[in-house]
Amino acid sequence: MKKPELLVTPTSVAHIEELAQAGANAVLIGEQRYGLRLAGEFGREQIVEAMNVARKHGVKVYVAMNALFHNDKVDELSDYVRFLAEQEVDAIVFGDPAVLMTVREVAPHMKLHWNTETTATNWYACNYWGRKGAKRAVLAREINMEEIIEIKRHAEVEIEVQVHGMTCMFQSKRSLIGNYFEYQGKVMEIEKKKYEKGMFLYDKERDNKYPIFEDENGTHIMSPNDICIIDELEEMIDAEIDSFKIDGILHEPSYITEVTKKYRLAIDLCAEDREKYRQVKGDLLAEIEAIQPAHRPLDTGFFFKETVY
Amino acid sequence: MFKNDKISKIINGKRVIVKKPELLAPAGNLEKLKVAVHYGADAVFIGGQEYGLRSNADNFTLEEMAEGVRFASKYGAKIYVTTNIYAHNENIPGLEEYLQGLQEAGVHGIIVADPLIIETARRVAPKLEVHLSTQQSLTNWKAVQFWKEEGLERVVLARETSAEEIREIKEKVDIEIETFIHGAMCIAYSGRCVLSNHMTARDSNRGGCCQSCRWDYDLYKLEGDKEIPLFDENDDPFAMSPKDLNLIQSIPKMIELGIDSLKIEGRMKSIHYVATVVSVYRKVIDAYCADPDNFVIKKEWLDELDKCANRDTAPAFFEGVPGYKEQMFGVHSKKTTYDFVGLVLDYDKETKMVTLQQRNFFKPGDRVEFFGPEIENFTQVIEKIWDEDGNELDAARHPLQIVRFKVDREVFPYNMMRKGH
Repeated sequence: MKKPELLVTPTSVAHIEELAQAGANAVLIGEQRYGLRLAGEFGREQIVEAMNVARKHGVKVYVAMNALFHNDKVDELSDYVRFLAEQEVDAIVFGDPAVLMTVREVAPHMKLHWNTETTATNWYACNYWGRKGAKRAVLAREINMEEIIEIKRHAEVEIEVQVHGMTCMFQSKRSLIGNYFEYQGKVMEIEKKKYEKGMFLYDKERDNKYPIFEDENGTHIMSPNDICIIDELEEMIDAEIDSFKIDGILHEPSYITEVTKKYRLAIDLCAEDREKYRQVKGDLLAEIEAIQPAHRPLDTGFFFKETVY
Repeated sequence: MFKNDKISKIINGKRVIVKKPELLAPAGNLEKLKVAVHYGADAVFIGGQEYGLRSNADNFTLEEMAEGVRFASKYGAKIYVTTNIYAHNENIPGLEEYLQGLQEAGVHGIIVADPLIIETARRVAPKLEVHLSTQQSLTNWKAVQFWKEEGLERVVLARETSAEEIREIKEKVDIEIETFIHGAMCIAYSGRCVLSNHMTARDSNRGGCCQSCRWDYDLYKLEGDKEIPLFDENDDPFAMSPKDLNLIQSIPKMIELGIDSLKIEGRMKSIHYVATVVSVYRKVIDAYCADPDNFVIKKEWLDELDKCANRDTAPAFFEGVPGYKEQMFGVHSKKTTYDFVGLVLDYDKETKMVTLQQRNFFKPGDRVEFFGPEIENFTQVIEKIWDEDGNELDAARHPLQIVRFKVDREVFPYNMMRKGH
């Protein structure tokens, strides 16, 4: 049975080595100047190093260029794309059509993955971006299992689904943390303080904690729970979904590595020994629960949830 | 100020604007559509029963759309329909019939975000112009170029674009540009927010947005296992509620930039709001285009906008990246200072008697203000009020009740009567 690729977001070059040994088939890296909400910051030098490590282990490297670009960065996109093409990275992840246009101009053979995070919600849109040049669509997190399977059935492009970790709920261009500090009159401390890690918004009514951070792309608010569907992989493996992603943003590298090991085992068993998978999947879930940070409950995201409108 | 000879010309020694932008207004139902057109909108955008982003608004049936198109065409105005959801698989069946229905109803264009709807419209309803929705968060000229090559007639830019960015986009790409000038706005990049999905299981990108960004939150920092509050006891909580957009002062700059359509937000807003905002921007655009070099913003226009404002307003990104002063903390709305109390149906010049439909309580002795496109605003103290059958009333108490009373100056159908608190 065809196995999906296991794609993980590393925090550093050294971490790629660990993830390769833990069973990752591909990694997603990049820098915040071009990419959104990455687990680690990889400048050009680190990308060169990452390629060396990844090649040694047969791991694919995808580079994120899925920011929303304003005019000021448009001119430098071609230089970055050329650099990535020279390094022979395996694909560029984009959301903004400006990246697609640039790749057509300067590196027409480069593979593209379409990922806007929130707008890949139907099979037609996935195939549309496929006709424009994308090889893969990364599905929105807000659709359910049934919709995912139906998209895959109609898809003319590879389909990637996030199976683990937190997801983004909101991106604003505004400096919302900095603005709040400034409103409070804490002007002197803002510049460094607004970029600190570990901040969250508390929603009393739902008793939820939403991680919030600022970077070059604005303010990001993340989901209160980590998705974990290690025990619900059968349908997607049977449907031959092409890639499962573990997003490690805001988690410790050791946690990401441990989770990668468990999904490696789960995917292999699910594809090769279904009975055994069914026997151990509950234990695998419990083992992940045991290493979850206290403030990060697990849930199943939107896989089994209905939304109304 | 940017100046361009495609936009203005010297005629009889005086510079005038030859490229006047479209004033585009929202309408949640047929009555609001008629008011928007009558008060000076060049085009109106409306929502249908499906595929639009305001599932709570009244929204139009295809028959109502056809009637709206007929009404608007008498004024030379256009009708656009918002079909800007990001569709899920389940929304695909029925789409073709719906788009064909829009074309048959005679609407001029649709405002779209999802490529599914763009390409389906091209295929089954090719007479419809396709405008790219702000839900695509278009922020650079190269992305605009992409959509031009896809054959779109117009793009609505992201609300995060500045005047300088728009100038560069206009310079590099020959496509119609539409931008927002007034009304409520998302604080997130449009289309990139799913707070509502997570907090209430309502799909924000299919019209279910519950406006979680208008709620209060507490900001903490995690240090080890300790949660440190980043606010003092007396501080207002963390909020990300944007002030409403108001670009009245920037209209001259927007006209000189050659922006093709100036858009007012608010399909959920009242007819009083639509009438007030449309009439003010109509006056600003007309006055500037007639004599740009001697133009000044009149205080009465600013006051007029304030009479229907239900939030504080700010210019936001067009004039630079907004800071904390362009957000609201502690309170997320304000009480309007005026109530809409009556809609003029008729006026008898001989007897000076107005026939008016009641929209809110008023009584003899109240000082009210009349406004409308044919008249200068004036105030009047109401004396005796009669009902349709000539019975004298102690007050106009009933919604939609038809009443008569004396008004000294001439008023016209669709003029409105408002009352300060």
